[in-house]
Amino acid sequence: MDERVINIHIPNPDAPIPLEAARLTGAARPEDIESIFLKTSVYVYEVPVRLWHWLNAAMIFILMGTGYLIARPLPTMEIAEATDQFLFGYIRFAHFAAGMVLTVAFAARIIWAFFGNVHSRQMFKLPIHNPRWIKELIFELKWYLFLVPQPKKYVGHNPLAHAAMFFFITLGMTFMIVTGFALYAEGAGQGSIYDQTFGWVLGLVGNSQRLHTLHHLGMWSIVIFTIIHIYAAIREDIMSRQSMLSTIVSGWRTFKDDRAE
Amino acid sequence: MPQIETFYDVMRRQGITRRSFMKYCSLTAAALGLGPSFVPKIAHAMETKPRTPVIWVHGLECTCCSESFIRAAHPLAKDVVLSMISLDYDDTLMAAAGHAAEAALMDTIEKYKGNYILAVEGNPPLNEDGMYCIIGGKPFVEQLKMAAEHAKAIISWGACASYGCVQAAAPNPTRAVPVHKVILDKPIIKVPGCPPIAEVMTGVITYMLTFDRLPELDRQGRPAMFYSQRIHDKCYRRPHFDAGQFVEQWDDDYAKKGYCLYKMGCKGPTTYNACSTVRWNEGVSFPIQSGHGCIGCSEDGFWDQGSFYDRLTTIKQFGVEATADKIGLTAVGALGAGVALHVAASALKRAQKKTQEKTEA
Repeated sequence: MDERVINIHIPNPDAPIPLEAARLTGAARPEDIESIFLKTSVYVYEVPVRLWHWLNAAMIFILMGTGYLIARPLPTMEIAEATDQFLFGYIRFAHFAAGMVLTVAFAARIIWAFFGNVHSRQMFKLPIHNPRWIKELIFELKWYLFLVPQPKKYVGHNPLAHAAMFFFITLGMTFMIVTGFALYAEGAGQGSIYDQTFGWVLGLVGNSQRLHTLHHLGMWSIVIFTIIHIYAAIREDIMSRQSMLSTIVSGWRTFKDDRAE
Repeated sequence: MPQIETFYDVMRRQGITRRSFMKYCSLTAAALGLGPSFVPKIAHAMETKPRTPVIWVHGLECTCCSESFIRAAHPLAKDVVLSMISLDYDDTLMAAAGHAAEAALMDTIEKYKGNYILAVEGNPPLNEDGMYCIIGGKPFVEQLKMAAEHAKAIISWGACASYGCVQAAAPNPTRAVPVHKVILDKPIIKVPGCPPIAEVMTGVITYMLTFDRLPELDRQGRPAMFYSQRIHDKCYRRPHFDAGQFVEQWDDDYAKKGYCLYKMGCKGPTTYNACSTVRWNEGVSFPIQSGHGCIGCSEDGFWDQGSFYDRLTTIKQFGVEATADKIGLTAVGALGAGVALHVAASALKRAQKKTQEKTEA
């Protein structure tokens, strides 16, 4: 009796299992493999992940703009007496409010990582202990340096994007949230909830001006990430073998060719 | 233990009336942020407690703390505090000199072991075995350690003793270190500032003598009652900050109008001190009121943060001095150029591939 179940999804049982790199780096589940036999797309980013992405992007833009204006204020404006004018206050308010929204959204995003699919967890851990991942990271780096003619297929983030996401967003944004709340605690005052939770940061850094400077440098790192992120997303959408821009809108990753790897 | 006069005895001896004394007690209570119910408590403590011996030592410093202290704004407060503490050793203020002075120090330590307060002005340099500061023929660090050994508590006067100040600024040739880096086993109260405000100094001492305990300290070991808020939080120019009305140049109209000095590099938003509330010279003024930004003299490492007129710390790690904005803009510029090049190369490669495919087909 033939044990093998004939599956209509596998027209040729002798064909190699596709998405080898993505499978071995933990970015493609068996369901994903199954799915691409059936159709050329995989559902990657669930609704909460996509919502978070766009909310986060909006907040980051607000924070970068208002943050820069806080450090380098607009020219003096005499619209009214100081009592009736609150321009700089509103800029700071927008910064603080966006920071709060970003923090709550990030917390929700972390919680979602416990419930969502494997891709919702990808940016929170870096599989540096996996030699295959390192190899694929180097491969992707070579792709960006024009040293290999063809990129590979990826379901979630490619290893390079994965690393960027981990360092700039998971670590970088955590740094910005922590230093940001430590600065906010200064205004909220000693004994406030912000001071009790984040006041230790100022004690650690020792000098508020240094803390401001660190937060300011952090902003530049987010600016750098934003440029890389947007450029890479557009470039990958054009030059790679899968969809990029539409994926973060619809959640579906579509592939442009039928080759396995 | 020899009989020491109470504070009240001393004050009465100095011709201070009971009425003035009670006024002083209420004033002190108010300065310390205490309610009216504390006035009789302070009075009672003053009437019954023996004066606490204080040893005041001087390391690497400029004596601006002493200068500030003896100019304590409220004259009564100055008189009282100076007589209140039994200032048994202070090489700048005391009449004795040479061997007599050193003998007084040894005497005090011996007599009041574990009961005196050690006030440190300045800091010890550690390089060359501490030879950069010699007191009575010995390195200051030795005197400091000896005097600290039996002290009840230590007050670090000023930015020098608290954080290191100018002599500890990079490259710190004498390796001057703040007191808390040398004395590790005693409670230390930091009263930073260059110099600290006189009323803050007398307030701290009065609190310690009245309540026989250290004032509440913040995370950095400063008395919370004077250092828990930034200059900025209570600055009278704060409404202009919130309005977005800044002085743009030292000689512009906005400077005359007294707008916020934020753009001129005022360190008020990053400096914890009581200048904007207590002010200086009997509450006459303070730097911002006189039209110049705060330089952040009561903050850790204030000499090493770059210009007094820049709100961001200078970054020296890249060989040349730069600000966070210069570094950020340079990095973004370089990245932008890189991305542009990458776009060009990608387009070229794609075009190449297409022509190849066409010729193959």
